[in-house]
Amino acid sequence: MGGANGKVAVIAEMEEVGRPSRITLELLGLGRRLASPRGEVWAVVLGSGVKEACGELASRGADRVFYLDHPSLSPYNPEAWTRVLKPFLRERGEGVVLAGHTPLGQDLLPRLAFSLEAGVVTDCVGVRADEEGLLFTKPVYGGNALAGVRVTTPLALATVRSRVGEALPPTHTGEEPVPLPLDPPGETRVLVRERHRLEAAECPLEEARVVVSGGRGMGGEEGFEVLRELARTLGGAVGASRPPVDSGWAPTTCQVGITGKVVAPDLYIAVAISGSSQHLSGMADSGKIVAVNRDPEAYIFQVSDYGVVGDWREVLPAFLTKVRELVSE
Amino acid sequence: MGPHIVVLAKMVPDPEGPPSSFEVKTAEKRVVARGIPPVINPFDENALEAAIRIKERLGGTITLLSAGKNLSRAVILKAVASGADASVLLEDDSLDQALLDSRKTAALLAAALRTLDPFDLVLCGRQASDTNAGVVGLGVAELLGLPAVTLAQRVEVSDGKVVVERVLSDGYEVVECPLPALVTVSGEIGDLRYPSLQAIRAAKELPQRVLRPDDLGVDLPPSWVETVSLEPPRRERRCRLVEADSPAEAGEKLALLLREERVI
Ligand SMILES: Cc1cc2nc3c(=O)[nH]c(=O)nc-3n(C[C@H](O)[C@H](O)[C@H](O)COP(=O)(O)OP(=O)(O)OC[C@H]3O[C@@H](n4cnc5c(N)ncnc54)[C@H](O)[C@@H]3O)c2cc1C
Ligand SMILES: Nc1ncnc2c1ncn2[C@@H]1O[C@H](COP(=O)(O)O)[C@@H](O)[C@H]1O
Repeated sequence: MGGANGKVAVIAEMEEVGRPSRITLELLGLGRRLASPRGEVWAVVLGSGVKEACGELASRGADRVFYLDHPSLSPYNPEAWTRVLKPFLRERGEGVVLAGHTPLGQDLLPRLAFSLEAGVVTDCVGVRADEEGLLFTKPVYGGNALAGVRVTTPLALATVRSRVGEALPPTHTGEEPVPLPLDPPGETRVLVRERHRLEAAECPLEEARVVVSGGRGMGGEEGFEVLRELARTLGGAVGASRPPVDSGWAPTTCQVGITGKVVAPDLYIAVAISGSSQHLSGMADSGKIVAVNRDPEAYIFQVSDYGVVGDWREVLPAFLTKVRELVSE
Repeated sequence: MGPHIVVLAKMVPDPEGPPSSFEVKTAEKRVVARGIPPVINPFDENALEAAIRIKERLGGTITLLSAGKNLSRAVILKAVASGADASVLLEDDSLDQALLDSRKTAALLAAALRTLDPFDLVLCGRQASDTNAGVVGLGVAELLGLPAVTLAQRVEVSDGKVVVERVLSDGYEVVECPLPALVTVSGEIGDLRYPSLQAIRAAKELPQRVLRPDDLGVDLPPSWVETVSLEPPRRERRCRLVEADSPAEAGEKLALLLREERVI
């Protein structure tokens, strides 16, 4: 049955050249938990300039680091990556392969699953090892249910959300990184032409300790100005449910939920958000949740710790003034 | 001649239905939808919209392909009326959602695609709202040997290739590949247009083929994964509502309460 068998491989992603992303470090932490005490955690890193990252991967939990430094692997190209990883994982034959539930992981792991005939579980919000192997948990039906899933093939693949694993402090030191062979890179049918980055937010959503999110009831862009002001005052980031993103009141990168970002800040303030399952899927694990909504029956109140029933236009200005006063004390 | 585009469309219980309409049957490990209508999976509607936009520019034809048990003809009709030319329904009691996983579904759809007129492009949703998987599309591509691009926010066809804007967490990238190809579509592409009543009436005359798995001669492969438990999410908290004489006072009191509780 698809289990760790003490063998965990983490597909590393880079934040920028030579620096592993946060989810990668979290997966190494998770990998250690799944593999211990006798198991081995491997990290696999592909791209260009990736050799520099090997040291950090080793110090954050990887027993062995495999890398392939080649320009054809950067940016991520699904066919070039699959070509390298397929024989590598076929040879490994068992254990679990973890990747972030990111645009890269979501694209890569199902491809590997079908080409290796191995089971894949996407969007995991939990992974744990027990006597029977690994148990993966994931939301289904838009977050209205949580499924516990086991993989029945010897090799299991899983994409995991952020904050499921915990990054380890830099302690471990591993062996020298091992270069992977590039069995001629060759042409790929899929070509990545250009890359466009949106302007980075003042404070990235996933890192923020406070998130102030607005929903459809904000009514327009002006509403989001108020939220931005509140977020700034609290040293946090602005989020949104899907309707404001669809309406263009907030950038796509702000969306929180099952098809947006998953956040778990210490404090999540949901303003004019009703609390759909799809939204809750992205923030229900936050430390404290505060809701402001004019509808006392709104479901969001049932999943919040503190609430105010009222129109945000009347509630928020007074709240903001008082918060300013309190945080400047 | 314009391209032939096949859109893979799955029927699901309306994901925007209230949480109370999704009854989680823990013992049977299945979710029963109550009092909400079936709809086309929203991302598949986005895929259909992408197909219609290509057809508006280049002509060609669109075939809707859906597999399942008891597919609602009204739902299919409305989707087809938005701008497709034909529909193929792969239907059988054995195609119960609870019994199909991504691997079986991909095998069925790949087999069905082999029986259609040659196509240039297959468009599907980035993920189905019930499985929340995002696996079937890539599986179909792998089984048919098609190049695939995921998470499209824009899809254009020209000179025998497809050019896709692919959503990233901090922007997008432009990716292209030769046709025939498969592309999975994300919500950013935009909502499916509404068909006119006239179009719905006219769509009744469009060709519709119903296939059975037996017609395809596929042996469904065994599952790679097994659902061992299904539970409702545990999210409920006890909420302290701030009482006050005016909304402004409530806002002020909320701030004080959060400070008192060391939240801010
Ligand atoms: C496949 C799929 C994926 C999805 N993914 C996501 C996702 O990732 N993230 C997401 O958020 N949604 C997602 N959705 C959409 C989701 O189903 C809901 O439609 C959405 O979350 C609702 O957003 P909302 O709460 O802002 O709007 P609504 O449900 O319309 O709620 C608005 C709330 O604002 C309140 N309100 C109105 N005016 C005021 C006022 N002046 N003052 C105070 N309160 C006011 C109302 O009482 C109401 O409760 C997805 C849907 C589908 C089908
Ligand atoms: N039964 C089905 N019939 C038609 N298309 C499907 C079916 N199941 C999945 N798909 C397509 O595959 C996509 C991904 O499904 P999934 O991997 O289950 O998330 C969906 O958005 C559909 O486009």
